Amino acid sequence: MPVIAALFCGLIFGFGLLVSGMMQPTKVLGFLDIFGAWDPSLAVVMMAALAVCVPGFALAKRRERPILAMQSTWPTRTDIDGSLIIGATMFGVGWGLVGLCPGPALENLATLSPPVIAFVAAMAAGMLLHHIGQKRRTSFRDRGKLATAADG
Amino acid sequence: MANFSPFSAAIGGALIGLSAVLLMLLTGRLAGISGILAGCLGFEMGDKSWRIAFMAGLVLAPLISGAFGHTVPMPEMPANWSTIVAAGLLVGFGTRLGSGCTSGHGICGIARISARSITATAIFMTAAIAIVALTRHVFAG
Repeated sequence: MPVIAALFCGLIFGFGLLVSGMMQPTKVLGFLDIFGAWDPSLAVVMMAALAVCVPGFALAKRRERPILAMQSTWPTRTDIDGSLIIGATMFGVGWGLVGLCPGPALENLATLSPPVIAFVAAMAAGMLLHHIGQKRRTSFRDRGKLATAADG
Repeated sequence: MANFSPFSAAIGGALIGLSAVLLMLLTGRLAGISGILAGCLGFEMGDKSWRIAFMAGLVLAPLISGAFGHTVPMPEMPANWSTIVAAGLLVGFGTRLGSGCTSGHGICGIARISARSITATAIFMTAAIAIVALTRHVFAG
């Protein structure tokens, strides 16, 4: 059941991006181009989404558990660290270069556009690079731990 | 204000919000697309099946729309392949390092009034606006 619900939610999300026009990178770039022929549509998309999400999430938080699962997985971190700042900057630069963020990029795979396929492949490679880097860091840390344990 | 389309933007935005709320109410999961993709690729702990299902729905939407006669226009992408690959790498790595993208931070995070997400959204919006200003108005070729 949760899988069918997720499929259904993915469909609604996809129709939302489609109707809003945000699948088209030039439309997104029109919003980001505040010094040119500015198109505020993306701000309206975000505001409308927030108008639904703010009360909707408040309702979800009041429930003891979700309808089809044992527990909710709300993000728990509250610290603003270097990773958040550097990561958001890198994402913003990439987003501004092409006008695609992950949602519209994935949805545009349906058009079989070769440049979009290349973009999504590069995006997956970027995620893989981050994953490898993180694994290296943790294994290095664990090695440190083992050494200290042995020292003790 | 060329090309401004407030009505379709509002309807589309409301649908995106509805999707995020339903996903949380039904499955208890957050609709952050970069995290969902990372999970599909095996870079996140936990169940893959709901993430694959969500992505399938996302890709199916334009195909269903096409089947009903509303063909989705081809995305207009830069001609330069190295720009496309560099941008993809930055978006992939950056969204993992910064733990989210436009959906997870920009919509779900701001809706939760998370200081982390509000900060991340302000930063990626500013960076993207700066890059567009540079490429379109400063180094316009």
